[in-house]
Amino acid sequence: MTDAATPEAGPAIASASQTAGPYWHLVDFPEWADTTRHFKDALPPGERIVLTGRVTDGSGSPVTDAMVEIWHADPKGEYPDPEGPANEFQGYGRCATDSNGNFRFVTLKPGPVPASGHSRVNALQAPHVALAVFARGLLSHLCTRLYFEGEALNETDPVLQAVEPARRGTLIARQSEPGTWNLDLRLQGEGETVWMAV
Amino acid sequence: MSEIITGYRRPAPEHQPPYNAPDYGSTRLRHPKQPLLQVPHTLTETSSPRFSPERYPQTADLTVLEGAKGHAMGERIIVGGRILDEDGRPIRNAMVEVWQANAAGRYNHEGDQHDAPLDPNFHGSGRVFTDENGWYRYVTIKPGAYPWRNHHNAWRPNHIHYSLFGAGFAQRLITQMYFPGDPLLALDPIFNTVPDEAARNRLISKFDLELTQPEWALGYRFDVVLRGRDATPMEDDHHD
Repeated sequence: MTDAATPEAGPAIASASQTAGPYWHLVDFPEWADTTRHFKDALPPGERIVLTGRVTDGSGSPVTDAMVEIWHADPKGEYPDPEGPANEFQGYGRCATDSNGNFRFVTLKPGPVPASGHSRVNALQAPHVALAVFARGLLSHLCTRLYFEGEALNETDPVLQAVEPARRGTLIARQSEPGTWNLDLRLQGEGETVWMAV
Repeated sequence: MSEIITGYRRPAPEHQPPYNAPDYGSTRLRHPKQPLLQVPHTLTETSSPRFSPERYPQTADLTVLEGAKGHAMGERIIVGGRILDEDGRPIRNAMVEVWQANAAGRYNHEGDQHDAPLDPNFHGSGRVFTDENGWYRYVTIKPGAYPWRNHHNAWRPNHIHYSLFGAGFAQRLITQMYFPGDPLLALDPIFNTVPDEAARNRLISKFDLELTQPEWALGYRFDVVLRGRDATPMEDDHHD
């Protein structure tokens, strides 16, 4: 092998996605569903929340072999510095759906994400969680976002406002009990989640 | 940090599989019927979780299980390659997760009831990190082909699943690595969902004599390319 200086390989085209299939080991780590697991008593300030939901298919049946991933900012609305310490809080979690199609995460509620991004969305973003769903039958993962009901910034969030009003509700989690936010994900059909080309 | 950051390039439709692929039956009730909402890339999409071997220990040899006495059965192979972006830049310190069936074509997974033996010395999952030049490498056994119920006499070609993270969550990728010369590739509905022939063939690893270790194991080279950044110049270009 030669380890030449970079970039050396020249332009290329991104590799094609393929399904994760039904038999997998990415979901062997149930503890990954709790983003606070590394911190014990030294958890960064913020509100600890639970995110729940149920994944169903076009027939309304639960999707029992899916994996959901979350990615979100910290309570201050910041993402980890790529050059920063490895032990920072990271709003990344992974959870397999159970025999009822349910997933459950424990994490810290994200703050509003500042106006740094593509010029078209040069506005403060409402607190949100990026969701990615992987499963048999999904040749590429499906992406969407979870927003929190009642956030004033939802009214001006550039992504949420790009969704037609009648379907916006598919992205807005509601509290089933204090601190527990639920958002069901519908892959197909009536009430289909607004899936995003990210 | 600059006020304006660039997003990632959008894939051409022929280079990625569709969600609705009738020949692959499981897509029928699982593909969205509404068009996807095109969303611009914000910090949420251009940032990514960071993984370290300290928190996510490596398993670079799948043929030896911790605490087990024996070795996995099958043809030992070495798999290596580079993780790059579309501009040819290496993805450094990237976490690469792999999983696969055993040599008999059976996953060590409760859902897999294929009538083929489980191997007590093989679990079938590994995790490695790329180095400063984007290289990764692991040792495993060649996975077997196995039947599935998609259609009459359906068999999956030999493959190893890959899961990768880049520098932005928009680069997230799960894919499969195939083996050269496999007669099942031409018949496989999953492989053939990628419309462009060259794009499909990039999922096939290459036999590599340099990776091959004399008297020990054959080597296969498999490079993975993650999305590159848009060409839009960055306002704050000292980051690049």
